[in-house]
This record gives sequence, C-alpha cells and structure tokens, in this order.
Amino acid sequence: MRRRSLVVLAVVLGLVISGCTSDDSGSEDGRITLRFQSLAWQQESVDANKELVKEWNATHPGVKVEYVQGTWESVHDQLLTSFEGGEAPDIIHDASDDLADFAYGGYLADLTDLVPERLKSDIPQRSWETATFGEGIYGVPFLQEPRVLIANATWLQESGVRIPTPERPWNWSEFREITDELSDGDGKYGVAWPLKEPVSATLNLSLSTGGQLFHRGADGKVKIRFGEADEVVPETIHDQVNTDGSASSSTLGSSGSDTLPGFFGGRYAMVPLGFSYRQQIVQQAPKGFDWQVLPAPAGADGLAQGVSPQTLSIAEDSPNKEQAAEFIDFLLRPENMVRLALGDWMLPTGTEALKDPALHTTEHDWATGTALAAHLRSAPAQSVRGYPEWKDKIATPALQEYYSGAIDLDELRGRLVEDGNLVLKRYQR
Amino acid sequence: MKTGKGARAGQYLALLAYLVFLAFPFLWLISTAFKPARELGSLHPTWIPKDPTLANLRQAFDEQPLLDAALNSLVAAVGAALIAVLIATPMAYVMARHRTRLAKAATGWVVVSQAFPFVLLIIPLFLVLKNLRLINSVPGLIMVYVVWALPFALWMLVGYVRAVPAELEEAAAVDGAGKARTLVSITAPLLAPGIVATALFAFISAWNEFFFALVLLKTPEKQTLPVVLTHFLGAEGAADLGPLAAAAFLATLPSMVVFAIIQKRITGGMLAGAVKS
Repeated sequence: MRRRSLVVLAVVLGLVISGCTSDDSGSEDGRITLRFQSLAWQQESVDANKELVKEWNATHPGVKVEYVQGTWESVHDQLLTSFEGGEAPDIIHDASDDLADFAYGGYLADLTDLVPERLKSDIPQRSWETATFGEGIYGVPFLQEPRVLIANATWLQESGVRIPTPERPWNWSEFREITDELSDGDGKYGVAWPLKEPVSATLNLSLSTGGQLFHRGADGKVKIRFGEADEVVPETIHDQVNTDGSASSSTLGSSGSDTLPGFFGGRYAMVPLGFSYRQQIVQQAPKGFDWQVLPAPAGADGLAQGVSPQTLSIAEDSPNKEQAAEFIDFLLRPENMVRLALGDWMLPTGTEALKDPALHTTEHDWATGTALAAHLRSAPAQSVRGYPEWKDKIATPALQEYYSGAIDLDELRGRLVEDGNLVLKRYQR
Repeated sequence: MKTGKGARAGQYLALLAYLVFLAFPFLWLISTAFKPARELGSLHPTWIPKDPTLANLRQAFDEQPLLDAALNSLVAAVGAALIAVLIATPMAYVMARHRTRLAKAATGWVVVSQAFPFVLLIIPLFLVLKNLRLINSVPGLIMVYVVWALPFALWMLVGYVRAVPAELEEAAAVDGAGKARTLVSITAPLLAPGIVATALFAFISAWNEFFFALVLLKTPEKQTLPVVLTHFLGAEGAADLGPLAAAAFLATLPSMVVFAIIQKRITGGMLAGAVKS
C-alpha cells in the first residue's frame, strides 16, 4: 500500500515536471523572431505597445516581434542576468539612467549606425545625450517627463498670488516667498516635497540654476564640486522646511503617491511631481477638486531641468540588430510616439510627435508640460561611473539629513564633495 | 503559581496588541482591495470602505493573467515542497542519527550556505539552467527552489529527528522490527509534524519568491504570481494601488488556507508526548 503511494507520488511529480518543460522556440518557418521586452505597466500604455506590435507583425511577415512583459521592479538585475546568460531580449525598454553599466559593459549595441537618419534628426541632440556613453549611443530616448508643480488651483486663486506659466515662471526666491504666503503655520503648507529619493530631484532641478555638481576635466575624469549654483535648490527646500515652515517636514521621506491624500485634503497647496502623476490625480482626486500644472521654478538657466528618458536599446548579442532597429524606427514614428506618450501620460522626445494637437490641449494641462519639453536636458551624472554608489551611500543620506535640519550646508558640501570624490576615484583609476 | 487578575489582563492586552500588529497589514490590504480610487486618495482613510467596490478585483483579472500565474505558482511551490522534503528527510535522518565528522561538516556547510546572498548565485544558476535547457520552464524554477529551500529544510528536519528518542527505535529493534519497519512504523509517524512544517516552509518560500522567477521565466504564460503582481508597479514607486491590493489579497489566500488546515496538526504533533499523562 505504502509502496503504491510512493509510486503514485513519483508519477505525479513526473507528470508535473514533464508537463511544464520549456518549449523555447526560435524562428518559425525561416522567419526572424525578435523579442521586445517592454516595461509599460499602465493599462493604456500596455495596450498601446501591444497594438503597435500587432500592427508591425501584420505588415512585416518576415520579422515577427514577440511582446515580453517586463517590470520596472529589479529590471537592472534581471537584465544583467539575461545579458550574462546570453538570453537577453533583442529590444530592451529601460531608462537612460540605468544604461551606463550596460553600455560600458558591452551588453548593448552601439546604435550610431543602426538608427535611421529620420529618427536621428527627429529627436533633439539634448535628448540623444541622455543615452550617449563615451563615443556611442546605446538607447533611443523616446519618452520623458519634467518635474512640475501640481497645484490646488482654488487655493492659489483665492490667495491672489501670481500664477506662473512656462513663459513667465516663478524664480526660486519668489517660489519660496509664495509658499510662505500660502502657509498658515497651523498645518497648512505652501508645498510638500516628496523626497524619498532626494538625489535625482535635487540634481535635476538644480540645472535651472546652473548647478552641475559633476565636472569632467580635460583628462576625462569627473570631479564633484558644490558651488553657489548647486546650493540654490537644496537651500530653498531646507529653508522652506526648517526656517519658514512653509514645507511639510513629514513628506521628506515620502514618495509622490504618499503626498496625494494630503494634497487632496487641502493640507498642501502644491506638490512637485513628475508630469505623469496627472493620471493618478485624475483617478483619485475628489469630485470637484480643481488642480493645475505649473512649471517648476526657474533659475539663472531658465527652466532647464534634468531628465532620464525612457529608452529603447538593442542587445549586443542580438543576431538581428538591423531588424530590431527597423522595429524601433516603426515604434517611434511620430504618430506612434504620440500613442505611447498618451498611454504613459508623458512627453515624447520627437519634435514631430511634440507638434501633435493632442499634446497641446488644456485638458489635464498637457499644453503646460509640452511647453517645457524644450528645456529638458540630460540628467547630470547619469553617465558618470560610480554615480549609483555615490547616490546610495553618500548623497541620499546626506541630503536627507540636510533637508531634515540635522546637518548644515557646510557639512552637506563636505560629504557630497570629499566623500563623493573618494567614491568616484575608485571607478576612474 | 497563580497569576493575578491584573497580570492576566496585561497579558491579554499584550497579546491583543501583538495580534493587531501582525494583522494590521493584512487588514489594510483587504480594506484597500475594496476601495474605489477616490477613497484611496483620502486624507482620512477608513477601515471599512465607504463605497465598497469589486472594480479593483475586476481590473486586476482583466489586466493580468492572475489565474494562470496562480497555477504556475502552485505547481512550483507544491513541486518544490515535495521534492525538498523527499530529499531532506533521509538526509536529516542520517545526519541526526550518525554523528560522524562528515555529518558535523555537512551541518556546518548547511549553515554557511545560508549566508550566500541570492544575487551572488543567480548568474551561475542561470548558466547551469541554460545548459540544462531549463530556462523559461517551471521545472527549472522548481529545481532552483528545491536547492534554495534544501539547506534550511535539512536543518529543520535534523532538529525534528533528534527530538524523536533513539530509544524508541532501539525498543522496536528489541521487539524484532527490522530497520525499514522501524522507520516506517515508529519514526515516520513521530516525524510527520516536522515533515509537514518543513514542507510548509518550502511551500511558502517558493510561493512568495520573486527574483528567481523574474529572471528565469521569460514568457508571460509561465510567470508566477509575485512577478505578475509587479506589473501593477511603475517606476519610482508609482503603483496602481487598488488592483495591486486586490491581486495581493488573492495571492495571500492559498498560503493562509494551507497553513490554517495543517497548523493544528503541526502544533498537535509537536506537543504529542511532551508530558506524561
């Protein structure tokens, strides 16, 4: 009886295993098969991607594209393992600030000669720079989003403050004064900074004041310097929280989503968020809640802002790079780029796509964001080797302590620069 | 010694606080799963949804293949649990009953192996599975889960085997039972709660595992539940909270049900014979 049970168990296990073995197929009927790993996650965006793949497959019988659903969670480790194992997808969706290691590591194909001229000229040079590492281009930047101020429109109108526009934005000192004016010192704040990840927000916004932080010398080596231009943004945030009391200290460790209940509940007049957060606001805002998109404050360099666009890359190991490049070209035709942008509530990088009327409507303030597109630059430091370690070990804790008032500006400078240069030195021997 | 009423009340209060602490995330998950989007953005959230909805569940099922993913997870977790226990039980018996140098070294190795982070193992594992043509297959994933669960399963089972008095086996031998008969009729029943607890551990760790499944399974129809759940997450912490909570709520149910069914047997078995009656 017991022996029979064991035999049954073994048979069941055998069936389970044999029933699930891989049927990894290569090309079918001599057709080329390309695997496209997309990180689209919002349903509109997933639908747009899948529809485009379907349209490609219907019109290109010789080259079949398989849609593979990836996820932003742990994408770096997942891709690294796939590259090392020689099983990477042919076409890879990622973000430009994640590409440096893969580009320098030889995992991604240099697209300089693969991308057609149409696409090269359609996407501005400042966007190409986000995916340029050394001499090569390792991704096609196609979607980007500026950081904007999402504001409680009723609150701002009732306060009588000047409403900024992309043509006439607030400057940083004006922004500080206005947030002070909007605060009542009793639980209502002019702004809530969601700074769970303070480094990219600080560095990207500091481009507006001419802050660079990372400076590349003639020898090609990068050094960190923290000058006056780099101080404006962190000092403004610090003073709003610790001196004026016009920014909530409780949101400094929060993500953007975490601040929304307080924003909807009338606790914060403004929240600096990525442009795509509008979708979440549309879904979650109470009925009748009137909100609007305002440009982030400007500095000596106007509305300049750093971004890390979403990118499409080709694996170096792909045997069909040319066909993969053709698919990318198809996916990023102006009309298709618009579909992808609308699906993700982001801005396209392509100049033709940016002219689309759908991106110039006042509904959900698309027009305000589109007006900012010309000011978006490559995020500082994303091509600097050692940046991820500097960000995690040095800059994130230092900025968090500075914003909470635990350390002063001199201490912040010392840690960012002295400790930071030690980290970079290890990567630049 | 008799416990005073005040002390007893304090004990119950502490127990209640601990229960609330443990149950809080799960109750919040249930509450979120049935809230409409506008309630999720409320500054004053309520435990009971004001306007309960099944829209999150519908959306979760519409957007992601949750049932297929759950089936894959179930196959992987059951397969891993069964194989891990089948391998670990005889090994644990030998290690517990024959205290040789080799057994001690093996026990030490089992403990040391727990110190390796999985990030260190994933690339070699990936290459091994690739050579075996087991990438993108649930059996390949089961193999990884077995390897991953085996050291701790072994360590757990050695403890359970040691808790079974060797004198009982000796008594059976004196009564004329052979080794196999002793193992089947004496040791196995006493070891059953330990085997069940070990299988449960292997099942739950495989059911919840994310990273190996993310890296090893490529095609959507083979992905497991934890991987599919991340499709509700975007970059920089953005999330489709309602459907995510609804799907996560469903994902916790099987392990809860399994645990609820067998937890009485585990504790009952562990306590059996603990005191003279």
